[in-house]
Amino acid sequence: MSLDAKIPQGPLAEKWSKHKFNLKLVNPSNKRKYDVIVVGTGLAGASAAASLAELGYNVKSFCFQDSPRRAHSIAAQGGINAAKNYQNDGDSVYRLFYDTIKGGDYRAREGNVYRLAEVSVNIIDQCVAQGVPFAREYGGLLDNRSFGGSQVSRTFYARGQTGQQLLLGAYSALNRQIHLGKVKMYTRTEMLDVVVIDGHAKGIITRNLKTGEIETHAGHAVLLATGGYGNVFYLSTNAIGSNVTAAWRAHKRGAYFANPCYTQIHPTCIPVTGDHQSKLTLMSESLRNDGRVWAPKTVEIAQKLQKKEISASDVKEEDRDYFLERKYPSFGNLVPRDVASRNAKEMSDEGKGVGTTGLAVYLDFAEAIQRLGEDTVRAKYGNLFDMYLQITDENPYKQPMRIYPAVHYTMGGLWVDYNLSTNVPGLYAMGECNFSDHGANRLGASALMQGLSDGYFVIPYTLGDYLATIGPKPVDKNHPAFEKTKQDVIAYNNKLLALKGTKTVVEYHRELGHIMWEYCGMARTEEGLTKAKAMIKELKADFWKNAIVTGENEEVNAALERAGRVADFIELGELMVTDALNRRESCGGHFRLESQTEEGEALRDDDNFAFVSAWEFTGENQEEVLHKEELIFENVKLTQRSYK
Amino acid sequence: MSGHMNLTLKVWRQKNTQTPGKFVTYKAENISPDMSFLEMLDVVNESLTRKNEEPIYFDHDCREGICGSCSLYINGHPHGPKKAITTCQLHMRTFNDGETITIEPWRSAAFPIVKDLATDRSAFDRIQQAGGYVSVNTGGVPDANIIPIPKVIADEAFNSATCIGCGACVAACKNASAMLFTSAKITQLGLLPQGQTERYSRVQAMVAQMDEEGFGNCTNTGACEAECPKEISLNNIAFMNNDFFSAKLFREEHAHDHAGGE
Repeated sequence: MSLDAKIPQGPLAEKWSKHKFNLKLVNPSNKRKYDVIVVGTGLAGASAAASLAELGYNVKSFCFQDSPRRAHSIAAQGGINAAKNYQNDGDSVYRLFYDTIKGGDYRAREGNVYRLAEVSVNIIDQCVAQGVPFAREYGGLLDNRSFGGSQVSRTFYARGQTGQQLLLGAYSALNRQIHLGKVKMYTRTEMLDVVVIDGHAKGIITRNLKTGEIETHAGHAVLLATGGYGNVFYLSTNAIGSNVTAAWRAHKRGAYFANPCYTQIHPTCIPVTGDHQSKLTLMSESLRNDGRVWAPKTVEIAQKLQKKEISASDVKEEDRDYFLERKYPSFGNLVPRDVASRNAKEMSDEGKGVGTTGLAVYLDFAEAIQRLGEDTVRAKYGNLFDMYLQITDENPYKQPMRIYPAVHYTMGGLWVDYNLSTNVPGLYAMGECNFSDHGANRLGASALMQGLSDGYFVIPYTLGDYLATIGPKPVDKNHPAFEKTKQDVIAYNNKLLALKGTKTVVEYHRELGHIMWEYCGMARTEEGLTKAKAMIKELKADFWKNAIVTGENEEVNAALERAGRVADFIELGELMVTDALNRRESCGGHFRLESQTEEGEALRDDDNFAFVSAWEFTGENQEEVLHKEELIFENVKLTQRSYK
Repeated sequence: MSGHMNLTLKVWRQKNTQTPGKFVTYKAENISPDMSFLEMLDVVNESLTRKNEEPIYFDHDCREGICGSCSLYINGHPHGPKKAITTCQLHMRTFNDGETITIEPWRSAAFPIVKDLATDRSAFDRIQQAGGYVSVNTGGVPDANIIPIPKVIADEAFNSATCIGCGACVAACKNASAMLFTSAKITQLGLLPQGQTERYSRVQAMVAQMDEEGFGNCTNTGACEAECPKEISLNNIAFMNNDFFSAKLFREEHAHDHAGGE
């Protein structure tokens, strides 16, 4: 199958407007004849479900949590970008587009990214109209702050809880449509398969997590908004429940998985303390507006700090290396995430890390507290400082935070065209679960922007074109494909439930995480990746022999849920490694040690790798087949990224 | 790591909504003080799983105090003994070696038990569905800066909007009242200019749904505020009551449109 991204012709700034005009429409009285399935209720899913219901479609919305409000978008801290230029500091749609393309290390589509920047301004308007309480200045207008990879202040925020406020806005819009009867909401319901009929997605199979019942749902289109796969690393900033299962099962039914090796390691997270840890906690990138990142200049001082013989405040100013400010004077502490993470790792690798493990650097607010006063710092970052104190038992007002990179976001995901359609007609992917807009590295405060862009402003247009094409004839729920797919799911679950071995599913998950972090994390090599691939194959075989899955299907069964998700993560892990092996260049979050500049920055190979890798599933335990979508740059010049 | 702890847990086990439950005692051994409370339960569950026994079920997700999933009643307090945090943010250093810890689900008729420590809080969703929104469709809204909002008002609205919908207020209240939860949304939208057009219909619709769900009334004991992990203020209830009486006395015609469809 050839991959057609369907990017509209014409000048960059006119692509989306022209495309919107060219898309077919469904007339208002016909819209109620269509059923649309939306899986996931985070920013992308909730906004899409609400917007499509407002237009008149019948929407079925699904989430595995006990309420749509608990989707993991809720945990996004720092903010949302928009090219409003309210600060009069030189921002524009083109600049946001440019920053995003460059930040993604020239591995994203120009057309998609420009559209994202273009609709970013509408998102802020929409959210304010819903009653989202963004931070404001004393004059009553909206406040902004800066995020990495940009030299303007374009990030809108609601203290350190921006994701929460945006999600509750989308949740409120969704609630209104539930109230009006246009959305039927299914909570504690997990999607386990896609029903494909004559090559088109026509429904899903779900498990009711309260009763265990395996149910079928039919629709004219299936929209996945099921988030990222960072939990493949076991430890990440994702919620415990965040998983790849919906996307992965769709992949196994024919949807290509794109750029799986592009993962984002966020530089400022609370370091790992022990084996017991179940997740890692992010300290928002916004902290880098005022916090200064440093490590001791010498290994000797670092060792004293590690052994707690001295504390951070004992280290004299001249013995501190503010390494980001030193190496990147233009962007300083606000370099993009991949650059900041690699530098923190480098410091630790050189023995200059701090904390008992030596796997940490400092994020210091002493200067900001002196400049602004403790009250101002508290007003800006209070909830983050409290979180840090709760977890570490250390007061960040008095001593610098210890931070270290952790898995945070996945740029890869289901391959979609400009219309957010996967290669399976009728199957769409939105938000983090698609691969579309961030290239090889996502800039801070752009995930919320993309989720809401896809849900509020893209899918309501592009889905209509498909629906108008297929027509409103009801989906035949008696088609044998529904029963067949349902039986497949039941058989798979029974296979899991039959596992009565000796090792818990969590142990397998942790082991997978170790392999992924060690060999497919911040630095990757041919040798390491090859080794990892063999290890994952072994792990998979062992899982299907020795795992323990307790309980039965016909009840609440967290063990069964987790087992299905971990089994999928293991398969995805192997594909990530395959993809990382195949991409013999460094770009953004994908850093191959064999491909770096003299200064240790990611060295791309544009001649050979300026493409999207889209992988096709060909059968259990078979090698996946690679399809390439060439990336065409008509507006920006590909250069070595520099933040100096 | 030093100072590992051994604890006794008395945990509420209940197969499902229909089956009666009971307390079961477990040992939690070799627990690091740096673990979170839920990580301690993970350890217990891992050992139960290895014995092929059913692990303890509890709701949890983000494990950083924002999703509102986790919901344990620990030693008589929702989210445990510390103020202004959720259970997932509670660390074992709060407890002493050798201590016995009692863990129960939220107790309220409006929150039936799903299994063990997890309850069905969909009543909260239905209260929000009754009117917790501004009725604007996507698109066609004015520029975000067209209406300036005084910073103090925006900040107050934000304080109300930080509610995570965990249900601790209901669990803490001797009447199982949901007034703190309901009033937080009413206050957030009631303070902002965008929420004014539906202000009086909203309060009537949401209060009616709250009553229908079987939550109790407020008798001003303030346990909800004291136990709220996000420190939502009782002032929200005062704001809601004020709007509710205004609506009943002067604006009853603003009752919310319950008709489905366009």
